[in-house]
Amino acid sequence: MISIRWSALFAALFVTSAFAQTAPTVDKNLGRNLAANCANCHGTNGKSVAEVPSLAGVPAALTIQKMKDYRDGKLPATIMHQLSKGYTDAQIVAIAEYLAKQPK
Amino acid sequence: MNTFNQTRRDLVKGAGALGLVGVSAFAGGCATVGGSAKPKVVVVGGGFGGATAAKYIAMWSEGKIDVTLVERGDAFVSCPISNLVVGGSRQIADVTVGYGGLDKYGIRRVKGEATGFDPAKKTLALADGTSLPYDRLILSPGIDFMYETLPGLATGEAKNRVLAAWKAGPETVALRNQLTAMRDGGVYAIHIPKAPYRCPPGPYERACQVAWYFQQAKPKSKVLILDANEDVVSKKGLFMKAWNGQYKGLIEYRNNQEITDVDARTLSLKMSFGDDVKADVLNVLPPMRAGNIATANGLNNSNKRWCQVDWLTYESTAVPGVHILGDALQIAPAMPKSGHMANQHGKVCAAAIVELLTGGTVSQTPMVANTCYSFIDDKDVVHVASVHRYDAAQKTMVTVQGSGGLSAEQNKTEGIYANSWARNIWADMLT
Repeated sequence: MISIRWSALFAALFVTSAFAQTAPTVDKNLGRNLAANCANCHGTNGKSVAEVPSLAGVPAALTIQKMKDYRDGKLPATIMHQLSKGYTDAQIVAIAEYLAKQPK
Repeated sequence: MNTFNQTRRDLVKGAGALGLVGVSAFAGGCATVGGSAKPKVVVVGGGFGGATAAKYIAMWSEGKIDVTLVERGDAFVSCPISNLVVGGSRQIADVTVGYGGLDKYGIRRVKGEATGFDPAKKTLALADGTSLPYDRLILSPGIDFMYETLPGLATGEAKNRVLAAWKAGPETVALRNQLTAMRDGGVYAIHIPKAPYRCPPGPYERACQVAWYFQQAKPKSKVLILDANEDVVSKKGLFMKAWNGQYKGLIEYRNNQEITDVDARTLSLKMSFGDDVKADVLNVLPPMRAGNIATANGLNNSNKRWCQVDWLTYESTAVPGVHILGDALQIAPAMPKSGHMANQHGKVCAAAIVELLTGGTVSQTPMVANTCYSFIDDKDVVHVASVHRYDAAQKTMVTVQGSGGLSAEQNKTEGIYANSWARNIWADMLT
């Protein structure tokens, strides 16, 4: 039989986890974490060491516009038209704002 | 030696008795014992997953976490691009990068072979008898081969004669040497196991690279692809176009080619159906599973081959406090076993571990992307790409609808981008 103390604990745990799922806290590192998706091709923190352009220090508005143009098919691309469709407007803003702050 | 080797049941039982199941997220912050006050992360395996995780934990924690990287090799040798070494347009040195670039992050490097770990004492055992304490352990063990399914390849001699060359390094060079020594008019045969295996398009890229070499140097020779799968596993249309185009008559593809064994002496494959197939250079990719340290320590809780993890933290669902990255994972649907993916696993895991060990909040919305380039010849390249998000309801990664896709056709622009990708991802891991 489960004691009252244990049921209270289970109830507390359940409430905590239910709350965590319905009201997720905003990820304070969202821009940093998502920009890390770009680093494989564009370099750590957007600083490229090869032909693919750096994104570090690029004004956020420019990166946001390019991502939207890739997504809408207005900018020709080999791959970015496919990858840009993987991110929401809010995610793109977070990525662009993080990369804009990185040293060139 | 302080090797520890429990069964999975024992481990789960032990963890339950200690009340760790389900609350491991809160265990990290107060788990540091003695010595340095900083929490300790030990990473095993300096490949795409492990080296990336080590660097990003050191970088993102800004020195608040002690990071140790255990690696048995002297340098990182990249599987991506290594098929060009087989084809002869690159040298092994071109795909080799040292580990020295990680020193500036304060990462302690230990050269050695990890053999096991004690999840209760939180120590990692090394083959030389020493052990390393950890608060969080990350294993990025890659794959090992299920040679038990191919008795004919039991001996070292047989393995050297019928190479896998599916871990870049000396075997890559040995396979290249077998091809250069082969007579013109000979047959190179590659056998592909049933998926899942490391790098889905890799065997087809290798076939293209060998065909490219034969075109230059041995035009009477032939490439035979024997695929245990029902169909080409990756980039089918793009590869088929090359096989029916620039490599017409040079590459032959056969599907549903399951084997029962390999005869290393006669260089022949014992087929499940039909006659033996003989080659002049025989390249067999045996069925694969999670790397030895994962399977020997009960982390292979998916079909006894692969490791299941919590996709928010990459913590093993079998043993608390142990995180697993890369090809060893039971992948979520449509997530390939690729170096690019392993690098992305490493960053999500790094972000989560920094939060777990510094009292923060783990992100509930991780994303990973995959970009995979394959070389058709020495310059033309094709890609496949995808973006994946965490789905809280399903507790797994799902492909973002509408994202991703393939190259329209092979092209030289992506040849430049593929080389650029390699230099950037190697730098992202190692410098």
